[in-house]
Amino acid sequence: MHQGIYQIAENKPLTDTVYQMKLKGENPKKILPGQFVNVKIDSLFLRRPISVCDADDDSITIIYKAVGKGTKELSQMKEGTLDILTDLGNGYDLALSGQNPVLIGGGVGVPPLYKLAKELIKEGKDVTVILGFNTKEEIFYEEEFKALGAKVFVTTVDGSYGIKGFVTEALKDLNYSYFYTCGPMPMLKSIYKNTKTSGQFSLEERMGCGFGACMGCSMKTKSGNKRVCKEGPVFVKEDLLWED
Amino acid sequence: MGRLNVNLCGIELDNPIIPASGTFGYGYEFAEFYDINCLGTFSFKGTTKEPRFGNPAPRIAETTGGMLNAVGLQNPGVEKVISEELPKLKQCFHKKVMANVSGFSEEEYVYVSSLLDKEEQVGWIEVNISCPNVHGGGMSFGTDPVQAGKITKAVKAVTTKPVIIKLSPNVTDIVSIAKACEDNGADGISLINTLMGMRIDLKTRRPIIRNVTGGLSGPAVFPVALRMVYQVAHAVKIPVIGMGGITCAEDVVEMMLAGATAVEVGAANLIDPYACKKIIEELPGVLDNLGIENIREITGGIING
Repeated sequence: MHQGIYQIAENKPLTDTVYQMKLKGENPKKILPGQFVNVKIDSLFLRRPISVCDADDDSITIIYKAVGKGTKELSQMKEGTLDILTDLGNGYDLALSGQNPVLIGGGVGVPPLYKLAKELIKEGKDVTVILGFNTKEEIFYEEEFKALGAKVFVTTVDGSYGIKGFVTEALKDLNYSYFYTCGPMPMLKSIYKNTKTSGQFSLEERMGCGFGACMGCSMKTKSGNKRVCKEGPVFVKEDLLWED
Repeated sequence: MGRLNVNLCGIELDNPIIPASGTFGYGYEFAEFYDINCLGTFSFKGTTKEPRFGNPAPRIAETTGGMLNAVGLQNPGVEKVISEELPKLKQCFHKKVMANVSGFSEEEYVYVSSLLDKEEQVGWIEVNISCPNVHGGGMSFGTDPVQAGKITKAVKAVTTKPVIIKLSPNVTDIVSIAKACEDNGADGISLINTLMGMRIDLKTRRPIIRNVTGGLSGPAVFPVALRMVYQVAHAVKIPVIGMGGITCAEDVVEMMLAGATAVEVGAANLIDPYACKKIIEELPGVLDNLGIENIREITGGIING
């Protein structure tokens, strides 16, 4: 974990409610795909955990949805600095991907898959990405994933763009060696039931500290109690207690 | 002796700053951020006889100027604390630690306290009779002077180390409970644990916290904590540890003027993992500005009238 003051270099809307913020500041440690940052917002007491979309030695990109008081305040910030805690959580394990992994993102679960796709492609993997949204208006990052060299499918629940239905529609006829996913809980549980291979899930929980101190985000797994913020947010399929 | 030194129940502390139980794990988690030997001591995670997972999630909610938590005493159980957590702590912390004990019966408090009392690393036993997030234990012992006195007496009978009773603010007369603890042999009092509260999600109309209620902490509770520390410190002769919403060195001075011998810092650690280190570093400058030579001189230094 690292605490740093980062400069807001960009904060722009990608859709009506989703924003992309670029932060400049030194990252002493390499930030792993699937890790998150915990952002201090002036008017709130607790920090807000947001997944990392992309990062290098001196920048971090986050994508967030302005839904609550904190994220709405964040969306209004045009310049200045942010106090953030970085390299939080375990991140995705790339070593298990096999040659042709599929990355499945739903809504604001899409961003952490970007850095993951980038690094898997750099390793020479054939990456397929499925991006699920409710409607055409909510879509973001389709072109960015294509630019990395990934094969991209977009699904919309209302059929206004791409494949009509949930992400599992795009998944059912696909061949893949492994999967990585992040998104809303009903989507994750559907992926849990409808995938034939092993894979990794990035989960969400209300957090107190984000670095393992308060036990606010604990969950039970097959290998004991884990903190979503510390041992997670990424969990392997075999560790989850999701059988009904 | 340095200007920040205080004496807590016969043990010298380099400074009065003590991270509060439940916000500092078993200590070694924070050693990855800074050398925790700069602390006066710290109070480790509330420990029970059996391992506990605690309450279902969500356990945390934002509030104005603070937070609610309903963790529900998640801990690995006293045997694992002794066999695994304390050895890990020994690698990074060379001072005496405060052992925080909780339970669901008098026998459990006695059992856990007697085991931890034998540990050389433990300096004080802090008995939590004030957890608002468990049913049938915790706070139910801390809301009645007779029960609080009984637990105190029972724990004192099986321990050799100073016993500090941690009190709940969710009571009508905290002074009577503090006095009952003192009368039954307590060596110190710590207060306040969290104030019971709740929040409702407007869209789902459900409580944000799955346990429905949670304990309020953070700067919002500071004036309430200060008032209770003031009342208790003026009613008992044993040392009082003040806590509740402390976030900076000025808060420490204020809490000590109200009557605290030392302070615990809780929620601030969760927002800023370096909070206690920063407070310790700020203290000398704040004392200079106030013309205070030694911090131990200000305990109970409030001037009335």
